[in-house]
Amino acid sequence: MNNNSKVFANAAEALFDLTDGISLMSGGFGLCGIAENCINQIAEMGIQRIHAISNNIGNSGRGLAILLKQHQISQATCSYVGGNPDLEQQMLSGQVDVTLVPQGTFSERIRAGGMGIRGFYTPTGYGTLVAEGKEVREFDRPCILELPLKADFAIIKAQRGDTYGNLWFKETARNFSPLMAMAATTTIVEVEELVELGGIQPEDVHLPGIFVQRIFQGANYRNDIEIPIYADE
Amino acid sequence: MVSNENQPAGAESPAGWTQQQMADEIIAMIDHGASLNLGIGMPTLIAERMPDDKHIFIHSENGVHGVSGRPTRETVSPTLINAGKETISIGAGASFFDSATSFGMIRGGHIDFCVLGGMEVDVEGSLANWMIPGKKVTGMGGAMDLVNGAKRVIVMLAHFSKRGDCKLLPQCQLPLTGKGVVHTVVSNLGIFTPTGNSFRVEKLAAGVQPSDLGIADEYLEISQP
Repeated sequence: MNNNSKVFANAAEALFDLTDGISLMSGGFGLCGIAENCINQIAEMGIQRIHAISNNIGNSGRGLAILLKQHQISQATCSYVGGNPDLEQQMLSGQVDVTLVPQGTFSERIRAGGMGIRGFYTPTGYGTLVAEGKEVREFDRPCILELPLKADFAIIKAQRGDTYGNLWFKETARNFSPLMAMAATTTIVEVEELVELGGIQPEDVHLPGIFVQRIFQGANYRNDIEIPIYADE
Repeated sequence: MVSNENQPAGAESPAGWTQQQMADEIIAMIDHGASLNLGIGMPTLIAERMPDDKHIFIHSENGVHGVSGRPTRETVSPTLINAGKETISIGAGASFFDSATSFGMIRGGHIDFCVLGGMEVDVEGSLANWMIPGKKVTGMGGAMDLVNGAKRVIVMLAHFSKRGDCKLLPQCQLPLTGKGVVHTVVSNLGIFTPTGNSFRVEKLAAGVQPSDLGIADEYLEISQP
């Protein structure tokens, strides 16, 4: 490994500079496409007062809910808390300050954060609690001003990545991950398959490696399925 | 799961359609070849009952267009799920994309129909389905984007709550998901269009009378064929 390499040996090495009070984007939809190695490592490090930015903040005790159970998350920005009793309970008791954001606004705010867009107007949320305190502007219909979302760190899982950080995601595991990778100051990626440069065809790169600061080969993936339903059963 | 929701507490009014019949009523409204987004819960029945010859493309907001049925134990993949986090299969012509693109499809008006559940819907076409203050919060997920983006918004719900309260109201009491966004309401008792000051009755389930609807006459518009 040379000094300029983005490649790290494991989660412990790749997450060396995480500290209390960071904002942390975490990719995945429910448990699909979550950075399992990074989450377990953050649980072990015991980092406190995390502002977690993630669609679901885990589910049923798994994913980021591991950090919730250890009371490592003090603030959460997400779109959905259903199916996550740890979050719902800590939200209602005031232990976690939760900001609910409509999912399309959530993803576009993160995209804007990475893409240098300073704000955008959307009809989503007009006339609801989401619009409270926000500028309203009339286009073809009334829209509200939404601002970008950024974070200190993003933890991302991809199926395949090369040593520069070019990534390829499998099926619906892509979701918020490439957006978050663009919006964080330091993006840390774990992959099931770490390949050499050229191991991913340029046409097949879903996220260019310019957005990635660190990458490592993950291990021991559970890849949990939340609700398995099979044909004809 | 929600089968008992169709029975009002008093049980004096008829049950009307089954959930399967409600799904079939909605399928009849959907054009051949359309793009369709289905909410969590009852609306997923629509996917199960959709005839193949309609060639519908089902969109799921977690990043897939072209959902087709369920996997077998041999073909199941942990990275292939719908927005309800259930395992799915895809058909020929399907595509995967990130969440910003997915909601761009929605917000940009490229999705023809969305069908979602509701706690309350009112004569102005406003919908409430994401929280009950002090009691229950699920979050809005993608519902606020869907009701503001899809070309046609269909709400599929049990006409009465478990407590027996009518969910079709002059004005929603719960925090809104969207204001004036619903085009069509399909309940177990019939099909209704919010007109701004009333519900226009488009169709009633067999055996259902207007007096069964739990909606005051002044908020009910019945057009005679």
